[in-house]
Amino acid sequence: MDKHEVAFNDLIAQDLKIEPRDWMPEKYRKNLIRQVSQHAHSEIIGMQPEGNWLLRAPSLRAKQVLLAKIQDEAGHGLYLYSVAETLGISRQELVQQLHEGKAKYSSIFNYPTLTWADMGAVGWLVDGAAIVNQVSLQRTSYGPYARSMVRICKEESFHQRQGFEIMVQMAKGTPEQKEMAQDALNRFWEPSLMMFGPHDADSAHSSQSMKWKIKRESNDYLRQKFIDRTVPQIEFLGLTVPDANCKWNEETGHYDHSPFNWDEFWNVVEGNGPCNAERLEHHKKAQSDNAWVREAAYAYAQKTDISAVAQ
Amino acid sequence: MEKGDKVWEVFIQKKAGLAFKHVGNVHGYDKKMAIQNARDLYTRRGEGREIWVVPAEAIVSSPLEQADAFFDPSEDKVYRHPTFYEIPDEVKFI
Repeated sequence: MDKHEVAFNDLIAQDLKIEPRDWMPEKYRKNLIRQVSQHAHSEIIGMQPEGNWLLRAPSLRAKQVLLAKIQDEAGHGLYLYSVAETLGISRQELVQQLHEGKAKYSSIFNYPTLTWADMGAVGWLVDGAAIVNQVSLQRTSYGPYARSMVRICKEESFHQRQGFEIMVQMAKGTPEQKEMAQDALNRFWEPSLMMFGPHDADSAHSSQSMKWKIKRESNDYLRQKFIDRTVPQIEFLGLTVPDANCKWNEETGHYDHSPFNWDEFWNVVEGNGPCNAERLEHHKKAQSDNAWVREAAYAYAQKTDISAVAQ
Repeated sequence: MEKGDKVWEVFIQKKAGLAFKHVGNVHGYDKKMAIQNARDLYTRRGEGREIWVVPAEAIVSSPLEQADAFFDPSEDKVYRHPTFYEIPDEVKFI
């Protein structure tokens, strides 16, 4: 082992952070780029299912809140692209990998948002699951990633609370509203739990990522934590957990759950979910529709900004 | 990187009296766009009173490889710290 690797391992063992200019194993860098790029693309693609309801929000307050939340998601995507760039990949390459299907984003965003209650379920469950994961990642070994997680976690808690507020309004509303709330929960429950990724035994990247402290807690541990804190919230809403086997287990001190439908999960990851094609198409279209803005900004900068040196 | 697109490091002063703090970076084609992008990205919740943006390529870093040697001149000068000096116990306010 060369002296760089020894120094790197030592930093990891001491729970210290790796910074962009530090030496790191090529696999550590690659692993991180894969994880951070997937995280960034999820934030960006995640704007689409919510944007679907922006012009149909039921009140001005709801619309303002939803717009603010979507702006935050854009911001979070940008923080994360910045993190990936410190690892030596350009934003352009990241977007290109997304468009070519080489980079993934969270499969949850390949499900449609059919009713207003879905805005509640997405904020409460999808952002809720993301928060559990991101709180854990505040302790990740790569400094810029950890810092971006601290920032994101601070901003994200409003997302989950606004989602739950919608669920309360719907669940305590008319019978039709309550039915919509239950329906949204039914559709988003299992996909939200699968957001934590495959079981630890089947997770391709987990064990190395845990050794390098890129990930600090396992998929199954974080998933269980989310289930345990969410089931009482479902009970508060007077809704039913869409899993007959989801019961408190005195012995383990956790809620049990049925096996997940992993075939469906992998099918969506492979690109066959209800909205995969639409999400990517929309992103590509936005990128190409805006090409003239970038051209104009470039031309304007050339003429007006002395710091805009031609590259 | 796309033609003309540049990275700018962003520093924010939260309140008068506080130091500017590095918060991250933004992409932008010129100064004005960089400042506006920095505002939208880093001050959505009133975190800022003033923003600086600096082209990332203008930042000069100290060497990391020989960091020990680079900072060495300060290592052995304990007399730069107040605790180096012996002051009789009965003397106050010093």
